[in-house]
Amino acid sequence: MARKLTPPVVTAESKAFFEAARSGRFVIPFCTACGKAHWYPRAICPFCASDAVEWRPASGNGTIYTFSVMRRVKEPYAIAHVTLAEGPTMLTNLVDCDFDTLRIGQAVAVVFQETEGGAPVPMFKPV
Amino acid sequence: MTISGKAYIAGAFEHPTRHAPDKTVAQLHAEVALGALQDAGLTRQDVDGYFCSGDAPGPGPASMAEYMNLKLRHADYTEVGGASYALLVGHAAEAIAAGKCDVALITLAGRPRSEGMATGTAPRPRDPNQPEAPWEASYAITTANGYAMCAMRHMHQYGTTGAQLAWVKVAASHHAQHNPHAMLPEVVTVEEVLASPMIADPLHRLDCCVISDGGGALVVVRPEIAKTLKRPPVKIIGTGEAVKHLTAGTFDLTTSAAARSGPIAFAEAGITPADIKYASIYDSFTITVIIQIEDLGFCAKGAGGKFVADGNLISGTGKLPFNTDGGGLCNNHPANRGSMTKVIEAVRQLRGEAHPAVQVKNCDLALAHGTGFQLATRHGAATVIMERE
Repeated sequence: MARKLTPPVVTAESKAFFEAARSGRFVIPFCTACGKAHWYPRAICPFCASDAVEWRPASGNGTIYTFSVMRRVKEPYAIAHVTLAEGPTMLTNLVDCDFDTLRIGQAVAVVFQETEGGAPVPMFKPV
Repeated sequence: MTISGKAYIAGAFEHPTRHAPDKTVAQLHAEVALGALQDAGLTRQDVDGYFCSGDAPGPGPASMAEYMNLKLRHADYTEVGGASYALLVGHAAEAIAAGKCDVALITLAGRPRSEGMATGTAPRPRDPNQPEAPWEASYAITTANGYAMCAMRHMHQYGTTGAQLAWVKVAASHHAQHNPHAMLPEVVTVEEVLASPMIADPLHRLDCCVISDGGGALVVVRPEIAKTLKRPPVKIIGTGEAVKHLTAGTFDLTTSAAARSGPIAFAEAGITPADIKYASIYDSFTITVIIQIEDLGFCAKGAGGKFVADGNLISGTGKLPFNTDGGGLCNNHPANRGSMTKVIEAVRQLRGEAHPAVQVKNCDLALAHGTGFQLATRHGAATVIMERE
């Protein structure tokens, strides 16, 4: 993949996610107090304010909520919000596809993409 | 406590420049401050409250207060991106109503054009301590492709078309032709908007606002002072502010924070959207206008595309004359922040000082609305409703 990606910031709250990502596992934060998954991940549940948040493996399946292909750059790319099968919608990019065939509602699956000297980040490709 | 009738906009000034390679940002702030004070018939020594935002160089309001050598009783630095100046009008009215100051100065200035900033098409630098940074920085969200995602969803959800988006620009261009300072004074057609280069699907180049240097300033005063001044008094009768975010991953991108700031402002003003004669609506992109017009209650959610079509925003022919200076789409978008010029044109309309070709007849009630930051993630909004006395 030609496009160079900015590496993610690894913080106390994001470290476990990107460690899992390095081994190809896509996990999402799940609150055992209220039973809800959320995005973006936080140590404190944004729905019920409990700190009983744990990382759980996610299916990696989702659908495109919206997207846009950035055309006025050297290497066009598709930004998107993808709604995960587990509920939350996340900001991401769509890759490995013909940009002209993308549509809202399309089924997609996670694919990790290497970044410039950092942990890989979750992106999605049509299935 | 209500601010309705507790403060007046006494001075308004838009810098005529759109390109200022030989001036500093601080100098532009001072020039617009002096312009607005002169417009009000006041002097720098009268100012006892200063209000600014993220475009003001320096830590908070201190550097600019020092540069202009202001002697202050009250200062407020609130950063809500492009919405900041409409919001600061509200804060100035609140401070005056609470007795914290008598003459409030609000300034905006910047030079993104001279500095060669890729305003819409490159990701903005972000503080690594921003909690969303680990989850967003790799995806290259920019101003243009973020707002484009909102447009894409609005089209999907409500059947809004590219031609309807284009009508927003067409209306702005009809107004800009009468503004000698407008960056883009040529009238354009729907076809020309749709034929302009694609920036980020579905937004074409002419769906995007201009990048300009410049600035503007406002002077807000208590009623007793407004009565002593010669300029037509513009009374602030309602203000509202709100923040909208991604709500932990459960959101609707076709709605903006205007859906909350608008009703708050209308309730305080005691009027309804149908009473508004002129509206300044932040137009960072054409889609921004459609979403805000719906959220402010000028039409039902989802009906914004139809509402703006066929010239309905053009002064003299349409039902809702908007951005009669040409707006950010054609006139000016100083410092990449639009709500200052929105309030200024609303003041011109209420004073009867807009260009005669676009002046709204009997313009006694006007609204100015701004959105700041990123509509596709997290943003702020501010609504100001004003009345001519």
